[in-house]
Amino acid sequence: MIEVRDISKIYSSVTVLDGVSFRIADRSITSFVGPNGAGKTTLLGIISRLIKPDGGEVLLDEKSISEYGGSDLAKRISILKQSNFVNMRLTVRELIGFGRFPHSGGRLTGEDKDMVERAVEYLDLAEMAEKDINELSGGQRQRAFIGMIVAQDTDHILLDEPLNSLDMRHSVEMMRILRRLTDELKKTVVLVLHDINFAARYSDRMVALKNGKVAALGSVDEVVREDVLASVFDVPLEIREIDGKKICIYY
Amino acid sequence: MRTIYAVIALAVLSCASLFIGNIPITLNDLLSWSSDKVEVLFLTRFPRLAAVLITGAGMSICGLIMQHITRNRFVSPTTGASVNSAHFGLLVATIFFSAYGYISSLFFAAAFAMAGTFAFVFLIRKIKVRSLEMVPLLGIMLGILIEAMATFLAYRYNMVESLSAWMIGSFTWIISGRYELLYLSVPMVLIAFIYANKFTVAGMGEDVSLSLGLKYDQVVNIGLGITSVVTAVVVIIVGAVPFLDLIVPNIVSLTKGDNLRRTIWDTAIFGALFLLICDIFSRLVIFPYEVPIGLTVGVIGSITFLILLFRRRAYER
Repeated sequence: MIEVRDISKIYSSVTVLDGVSFRIADRSITSFVGPNGAGKTTLLGIISRLIKPDGGEVLLDEKSISEYGGSDLAKRISILKQSNFVNMRLTVRELIGFGRFPHSGGRLTGEDKDMVERAVEYLDLAEMAEKDINELSGGQRQRAFIGMIVAQDTDHILLDEPLNSLDMRHSVEMMRILRRLTDELKKTVVLVLHDINFAARYSDRMVALKNGKVAALGSVDEVVREDVLASVFDVPLEIREIDGKKICIYY
Repeated sequence: MRTIYAVIALAVLSCASLFIGNIPITLNDLLSWSSDKVEVLFLTRFPRLAAVLITGAGMSICGLIMQHITRNRFVSPTTGASVNSAHFGLLVATIFFSAYGYISSLFFAAAFAMAGTFAFVFLIRKIKVRSLEMVPLLGIMLGILIEAMATFLAYRYNMVESLSAWMIGSFTWIISGRYELLYLSVPMVLIAFIYANKFTVAGMGEDVSLSLGLKYDQVVNIGLGITSVVTAVVVIIVGAVPFLDLIVPNIVSLTKGDNLRRTIWDTAIFGALFLLICDIFSRLVIFPYEVPIGLTVGVIGSITFLILLFRRRAYER
């Protein structure tokens, strides 16, 4: 289980995160929501150890992530960032194979190859497995990168704005894949989302950030409330229930 | 390009290159073990061939590593300040420490090449240059700056001619006993083979590397260390061979992709083949005289590079 304890981060005298603490429930999807500049991406970066915090610590199973070795942590937590655009000519299968790097150091064993094939199957990438990742469409490429993370086989998966630049169909497809990762493979998924409705529909829990502080957190029902969200995003909004699911209307 | 054809071509041309030169050597001379002819073979022909192959393979792999580490296809020891820095180091060694011979040349050229290359990579990581063309431009700029310092020093110590001679690589003076330092590249290249997978992961960027548990800084340092030593050794023995380190990795990448473990052999083989073809051309074009290899590579390389750029544009659309 991941616990964020009193994390703060200051970028050249601007406080981006200010004493943020919470726990992330295992085997669930947790979304970070909030306005631009609230510190969501920085927080995700700190949890994944890509960014060093200025104060506080992140604990994985009661042990600070800074005490884990690089490849040990890489077997527990994986992160996919939008800026991880790789301008390399690798095939989909090769890319997914590199997900096994923390386990094999790059020399794939029989077991690694099985894991790669399973990831290819799981994300329905068999048809394009020998294609260059640069030849794929945005949605397919995103799926290939998720495949790499599935092959990495970490119990925690962090994603920074995975729906960025995806159209409606691919956004839904992506969220369904993440839902399956949690429900079927028992993964803990943490993601930064901009679309509050996608977050509400597919998450188990939500963390709303504002000005570097936790503004609200809890189950979807606890966070997706008119008073809470209006103060987080500073816009008037309405919440309607359609078929028992909350939909936020803000335009 | 199939690897096997390249290997066959390399083998055939290697044998052919042994028989090109002012003193004609025939197969009969070898069979009858004509002693002075065999001596020529071992004194000049074989060393020259070895030097060409090692330089071709070594510099190409340097380019490949630098292109992955900087994530930019236009970076190589030539455009990344390594070659100019090695010149500077070699000059310092020649002026102030000539009594120590090759050891001081090696030490200073390698140390300066390392300093220049690390400075360049540090710069582009610090400035976080986003645009693709800015990175090699920055490298060339840094290289010119370092070359200017070297030229200044050369003027003060009357060494301008030596400096300009180092800038145009040549295999003419390669003879047995004067080129063996080049073999230092071989273990460097072997280390590169061992690290091939790690360089590929590093090529995916610092964040991906961290997420996959790669010791990014360590891998970058090893890669740049290999590059610096090989560049230094080549600059000392052969001189600067422009473009080779830039073009060969790009050509291989276009046909074979960017997974280093698959492409590093092809890069080495193709680099050796490319330089060997240029060398044979250099020796034949105004026979019995020869054109400096740097010139041939520059001309053939520039044309190839232009074709490559046009093809790449077509490919990317």
